[in-house]
Amino acid sequence: MSQIAFAPDVFTWPDDEPRLIGGRCTQCSAIVFPKPPSCARCGSVDIERHLLASTGTLWTFTTQGFLPKEPYLGGETNETFVPFGVGIVELGDEVRVESRLTENDPGKLMFGMPMELVIIPLRANADGSDVMTFAFAPVAAPGADSTNGNSNGNSNSVGGH
Amino acid sequence: MEDVAIIGVGIHPFGRFGAKSAIDMGAEAIRGALVDAGAEWKDVQVAFGGSFEVDNPDAVTSRLGLTGIPFMDVYNGCATAATAMKLTADSIRSGQYDIGVAVGMDKHPAGAFTSDPVDYAAPSWYGEIGHFLTTKFFAMKINRYMYDYGISHQTLARVAAKNYRNGVLNPNAFRRKPISEDEILGSRMLNYPLTHYMFCTPDEGAAAVVMCRADLARNYTSKPIYLRATTLQTRRFGAFEVHASWAAIEQDHAPTVYASRAAYEMAGIGPSDVDVIQLQDTDAGAEVIHMAENGFCSDGDQERLIAEGATEIDGTMPVNTDGGLIANGEPIGASGLRQVHELVHQLRGTAGERQVPGSPKVGYAQLYGAPGTAGVSILSI
Repeated sequence: MSQIAFAPDVFTWPDDEPRLIGGRCTQCSAIVFPKPPSCARCGSVDIERHLLASTGTLWTFTTQGFLPKEPYLGGETNETFVPFGVGIVELGDEVRVESRLTENDPGKLMFGMPMELVIIPLRANADGSDVMTFAFAPVAAPGADSTNGNSNGNSNSVGGH
Repeated sequence: MEDVAIIGVGIHPFGRFGAKSAIDMGAEAIRGALVDAGAEWKDVQVAFGGSFEVDNPDAVTSRLGLTGIPFMDVYNGCATAATAMKLTADSIRSGQYDIGVAVGMDKHPAGAFTSDPVDYAAPSWYGEIGHFLTTKFFAMKINRYMYDYGISHQTLARVAAKNYRNGVLNPNAFRRKPISEDEILGSRMLNYPLTHYMFCTPDEGAAAVVMCRADLARNYTSKPIYLRATTLQTRRFGAFEVHASWAAIEQDHAPTVYASRAAYEMAGIGPSDVDVIQLQDTDAGAEVIHMAENGFCSDGDQERLIAEGATEIDGTMPVNTDGGLIANGEPIGASGLRQVHELVHQLRGTAGERQVPGSPKVGYAQLYGAPGTAGVSILSI
């Protein structure tokens, strides 16, 4: 079954180790997500592509307990909707990113817990293809079975500083 | 610079009113404010009208008299009414006009607000993945705040229960039924830790304020209320704000903090001088956070203060004496003028069953809205 990204230029998937694509201001070094047309701190239009760390820590979180109105394109109905987690994940000392979380039980989410980027289906298109989005998942405890294949410790800091 | 006095306030009740238009509600609010001021529409030289749903609030002039005055339409998210207040006051302060009206009116469909995220400088996909919701931002902000400063779920319920209780005493409120803390905590979880009854709801209504040059106020009323400060500030880089796909690691204060500081400076007073307080309670958590952001307590002190009843009508720092947004709902354009309506009655001593004891002398109103804009007004006798 084919898979497509929900939007262009947001992440490097289908790379083996996908990263979110941020922007770094060449004038004031502010890093934001996604890459913006100009800098929110100094207004410069000189922004370079900057890949963000794929792991971080959970700064805050909530749950989305009701079906969002348009322009939401998750494909659920009020009958099929399952609440999802949303959080702010701190990526190193660079930026905090707002993201869907794979965990929707607030009892299983903790401030400061390690999180990692995963690419998950947002919805299925009519042709059967999956529309893929980004999310953060709690990092599996050592020794637990990891299915995300992103635990080799290779930081691969493309575009880092 | 001229000083400004409030000589009249008017309100159309907040709630649901069938086919009645926002313009007709706005006209009623202005008529009420003019009667209260002992003035006539033909005396009004300038007006600012705020609304989200009505493109041109100045259409209200066709209900009041087409006198040809400059009538400016404004919109600034949930801070729209603070914008209309500030611009009307500044027009009089500048010496250009002697008497002006600030009015707000709205008529929202039920449910959370929505728009196109691109119009908020958010990515086009921001709404498609389910992030374009103000409610989840407020939930994430209070969740972190509770963790940092030891605020309990029970405190959130206490805030909401207090505002519903105050709403029972307010004939203009939307929700006029007390709701217990247990029922609030047990209602549907919309965005953890915020439940259904901890949120305000968009609704319908209008409110208006008549202001004039302070030296003319006694021509109209024996008890003018002086407008000591009106400020409005947008977010700075580093503030954790609504409708943003990212946040800076090095945090700056929320815009409310800057609007509040500027207002105290303009009024020449401090938080301890304030006797009655109106805060933006989009949700129960927002009221808790805004107590500290406006200087009324230190971060974390809310847990004890609210348990002790400090924010009740007869407490040491009464907050949202008319039920706030939680009991009144939020017709965006009118919401902040409802706050001023309540403060004027409190300072005049005409707030009826809701009257704060001890003849309050200074009132304070704060608004906060997307995409990170805060407004503060300070009033005194």
